[in-house]
Amino acid sequence: MKFTRFLKTILMVDFITGLLIALREMFKSKKTINYPFEKGKISPRFRGEHALRRYPNGEERCIACKLCEAVCPAQAITIESAERSDGSRKTTRYDIDMMKCIYCGLCEESCPVDAIVQGPNFEFSTETREELYYTKEKLLDNGDRWENILAANIKSDNPYR
Amino acid sequence: MAYLNIVFDEVYKILFLLIPVLVSVAMIVWLDRRVWAFVQKRQGPNVVGPFGLLQSLADALKYIFKEIIIPASSNKIIFILAPIITMTLALIAWAVIPFGENQALANINVGILYIFAVSSLGVYGIIMGGWASNSKYPFLGAIRSAAQMVSYEVSIGIIIINVLLCVGSLNLSDIVMAQQNMWFIIPLFPMFVIFFISALAETNRPPFDLPEAEAELVAGYQTEYSGMMYAMFWLGEYANILLMCALGSILFLGGWLSPIDLYPFNLIPGVFWLIFKILLLFILFALVKAVVPRYRYDQLMRLGWKIFLPLSLTYVVLTASYLFYFNLLPVI
Repeated sequence: MKFTRFLKTILMVDFITGLLIALREMFKSKKTINYPFEKGKISPRFRGEHALRRYPNGEERCIACKLCEAVCPAQAITIESAERSDGSRKTTRYDIDMMKCIYCGLCEESCPVDAIVQGPNFEFSTETREELYYTKEKLLDNGDRWENILAANIKSDNPYR
Repeated sequence: MAYLNIVFDEVYKILFLLIPVLVSVAMIVWLDRRVWAFVQKRQGPNVVGPFGLLQSLADALKYIFKEIIIPASSNKIIFILAPIITMTLALIAWAVIPFGENQALANINVGILYIFAVSSLGVYGIIMGGWASNSKYPFLGAIRSAAQMVSYEVSIGIIIINVLLCVGSLNLSDIVMAQQNMWFIIPLFPMFVIFFISALAETNRPPFDLPEAEAELVAGYQTEYSGMMYAMFWLGEYANILLMCALGSILFLGGWLSPIDLYPFNLIPGVFWLIFKILLLFILFALVKAVVPRYRYDQLMRLGWKIFLPLSLTYVVLTASYLFYFNLLPVI
């Protein structure tokens, strides 16, 4: 037993086996994706960048109930509201501090009208801190940009809610 | 005027060697990362340039524009001198490497001793860097590196004696020409293996990268370095690895000689054969890096002093006795 072990050490059997395994693995298909050019699939429940949605007629969904502000564990949301000329209650200010946000998705859960949602976008890094204080305009703009995907995601996740 | 002409001629020759070496160092870093990634089934750098070939140039550019930070408590002169020495020593050794018959920058008759001396000096850059940083981890890394390089140089020296016994000359071109009938890897195969492993230790490559073992020593002697100075250490390290590959292919794999002296193969210039052999050895270096875990320090010393040194010494005796008994000793 000791002799075979000695022979194994001298002939570097384990080392050569390892090298051969490495050589074999080299030519197998890669397990990683070529990230900026191809992206992994993400679930419809993915909690990425926030967006404020609109009704198909262009009216904002948000009714300024402030449930999301209340439920937000990181207190990242700030809402101010006022009565609009047609008598409906609308937000005058809807800010999300994206650096405070912990992306828990509670705002989306609490929203009675599916106004605030978290979309599939996770690539919104910025060069300055200020750009991450999202305002109502920015959030509505996000909603307009991602509306197709957001609606599809909400629809596909609906049976499980 | 004639003097100036000679100087320009030499400078031209040096640049003609130096620039390809530096470019190939950059390429070899890319190859190293790529092979490493492929073994781990990753993509590796593949964005900058075709197949990511220009990745090292992008990295170099980044290093150039980074700020060089010199620690307040360091010995500034030695701190700055250390990477310069490392890189210079790694590059000047290339002067004697023959790329073909009479195609060495300096075809001196003690070429192998010159390379050996210069690669021994290489440890100074690391010690100076580690000591001048005036910080714990660089200092420990430098001490480790010094001990490691000194230990493995001994066995490399004795392995070289094996080759020299068969050649009877210290000139690198003569060493290559002596392998026309049979490459030394065949009779001296165990020595080639030990040379390869010692070269790994000599150039601080994994599994012997203890001087920069990140789990223990942050980055070893490079910890306090930044920007271009760090890049110079890194350049020097890879130039040294390339040099060791070149030395291995000259000593054991027949340098610029083609493997078979037949019609289609002798048409390829010797330089390409040498480059091919260097690349082959380097890919082996890269594969070893991907495969083997890091040695413990006492294991490293045990391997160097208690296994490699007696083995190579025994082989010297064997080679010498064999050559003497069959009257094959080279005539000088």
